[in-house]
Amino acid sequence: MVEMSGAKALIQALEREGVTVVFGMPGGANLPIYDELYSSNIRHILVRHEQSAAHMADGYARIKRKAGVCFATSGPGATNLVTGIATAYMDSSPIVAVTGQVPKAMIGKDAFQECDIVGICASITKYCFQPLKSGEIPETVKKAFYIAESGRPGPVLIDVPKDVQQESADMVFPEIVKIRGYSPHIEPDVVQVAKAIDLLLNAERPMIMAGGGVHISGAFAELQALAEMLMIPVVTTFKGKGVFPENHPLSLGPIGMHGHAEANKLVTEADVLLAIGSRFSDRSVGRFDEFGKDMKIVHIDIDPAEIGKNKQVDIGIVGDVKVSLKIMLKMLANRVIRKGEGEWENNQWLKHVREVKEYYRSIVKDHPREVTAMKAIKKLREILPADAIVTTEVGQCQMWTSLYFDVITPGTFFSSTGLGTMGFGFPASIGAKVARPDLPVVDIAGDGSFNMTENSLAVSVLENIPVIVFLLNNYSLGMVAQWQRLFYNRRMIGVDLKGMPDFVKVAEAYGAQGIRAESMDEVEKAIRAALRSDVTTVIDIPIDPEENVFPFMPPGKGLKDTIVAA
Amino acid sequence: MTWRIISALVENKPGVLFRVSNMFRARGFNIESLSVGPTEEQDLSRITITINSDEHTTEQLVKQLKKIIDVVDVTRLPLDNSVYRELALIKLKAEEPTSRLEIMNLVNVFRGKVVDISKRSMMVEITGTPDKIDAFKALVEHYGIIQLARTGVCALPRGVVYE
Repeated sequence: MVEMSGAKALIQALEREGVTVVFGMPGGANLPIYDELYSSNIRHILVRHEQSAAHMADGYARIKRKAGVCFATSGPGATNLVTGIATAYMDSSPIVAVTGQVPKAMIGKDAFQECDIVGICASITKYCFQPLKSGEIPETVKKAFYIAESGRPGPVLIDVPKDVQQESADMVFPEIVKIRGYSPHIEPDVVQVAKAIDLLLNAERPMIMAGGGVHISGAFAELQALAEMLMIPVVTTFKGKGVFPENHPLSLGPIGMHGHAEANKLVTEADVLLAIGSRFSDRSVGRFDEFGKDMKIVHIDIDPAEIGKNKQVDIGIVGDVKVSLKIMLKMLANRVIRKGEGEWENNQWLKHVREVKEYYRSIVKDHPREVTAMKAIKKLREILPADAIVTTEVGQCQMWTSLYFDVITPGTFFSSTGLGTMGFGFPASIGAKVARPDLPVVDIAGDGSFNMTENSLAVSVLENIPVIVFLLNNYSLGMVAQWQRLFYNRRMIGVDLKGMPDFVKVAEAYGAQGIRAESMDEVEKAIRAALRSDVTTVIDIPIDPEENVFPFMPPGKGLKDTIVAA
Repeated sequence: MTWRIISALVENKPGVLFRVSNMFRARGFNIESLSVGPTEEQDLSRITITINSDEHTTEQLVKQLKKIIDVVDVTRLPLDNSVYRELALIKLKAEEPTSRLEIMNLVNVFRGKVVDISKRSMMVEITGTPDKIDAFKALVEHYGIIQLARTGVCALPRGVVYE
């Protein structure tokens, strides 16, 4: 037992959790915490807006697969975090957000910079803490990390009143914590797994739908082993993009609103679907009443509340994806002989899958311009090493990436898939780069989305965290414009960004490298220059504002209604 | 649509009721009644919820409740094997001596109590299943209900439960 202040205990507790970096911004109500950070070895990365701090912690967490930490002061500092926290919540990403709060005696008095952040965050966090005695801080931090990282991960908020930061107490740092109402289901029920195996072995047209849970549990090898053992084709959700190598013959890529046409078609033809770590989101499966009507569905998920939430399933397996797949593989090994490449010739379903895939890939049409999103993204894929980390902004750029950027090394891709947060990609790429400084990190961006958090250029330059912003610039809010063109009779309103600002100059103003690339040759040269650069590079690639994203499943429709091309 | 009772044991600390009710709101569950109170264990409270819904919605509600970290346990109470009670206070207009007598007779039949009486009104206390309270209310409505308060259902399963 050692006597120290709440702030000091907080920093020490973070150190004990292995935290080496914090993204944040100081203010009146968290100054005692910052004062302790001064004498800590934890690296502080000063952001220019707290939203970016949360996104950076999120990007860090998704690549490191452990909680990222962000700090903000009370009131506006805390509310600025909200979008980032909600983003992490929707995508089950573990972040621990520490906010300052006005002193206890001022709570509820509408004090300066007071805000009920615990109330605001209740429905966008896994849990919120507000320690009211400094002695509670070590246990609170331990619990926060345990909750954020275990089970289905998610954001946790710790809101610390300023006087609790200052007050001294005898501190006990627990090694383990127990929470009575919380015990994640890790081990699946083997009876359910056995039933699932029976279904899969008797299926004529089996299909795997892999979701974000595969990434979170790191079950890449198990998924690939299962698919190859039974020769089952794999579609992914958008959140699951890249959990299975997209250059693998069994890979059909993402399904959904802007999924591959062949993936959207073939998934509806399956007779048995094995959904792994997916929540059957509307953006992935379209209409809940229509999707999977004529198929048997097996659903593996660590969150019991996801089984049957959007889609009633035939066999629900509650458990960690990696643990469940390991058990499934072990049980299968006793029952089947690994199927081989010969299946491509002997199995009707696989033959059909290959034909459909080849057909739809052969009819993909590009927009008639020299530089298009498709060509630029394919060029990027060609040049980047297989293990480069790629994230995206939100909008057309994101969906083009989904369609044209094949993820080769599993787990190297992520995006704001659930909340669809514009402004996510750039700060998140900085967080990812902090997690893996040895790998190139690219944010495939659009102008509207990048514009929202571009001030993180200051962070990336001053903190020496070089990333590549691959900016597909159509001078508009492209996705909204596409909907206005297709569904609102071209009554274009609120979508024209008129080429402002000049992103090359913006990059240069922050001390980053800005390159405009107006031909495919220039795109290639810019990518190579960016990879060689030791500062962040913004590659500004003007494209035609009229370029649409296809295939397209119209909103409110089912996967069968996918429009393949214009 | 069936009437159901769900019983949740929760941590007895600030903010828990907010978390539970906020989840109902955020996920669009329409609950009928909710009552909270202490239990045999000092650090636990029991929340009893009644809901009129189908099986799928009820299952989801139970799962979402279990997912809340401060919720320790959730059980669905079978109506035929549980005791469930609600308390109602009903203030009635009672100016005429005849109506006072009639009301007192009805209260006796329902094994209730008259708990307050003034020149122009009477307050009665009725305990029982929500059906019984509804029935009493229907019988006395014509006297004129001035105010009414109900506690929501409080329930426990019959027999010994070992956990």
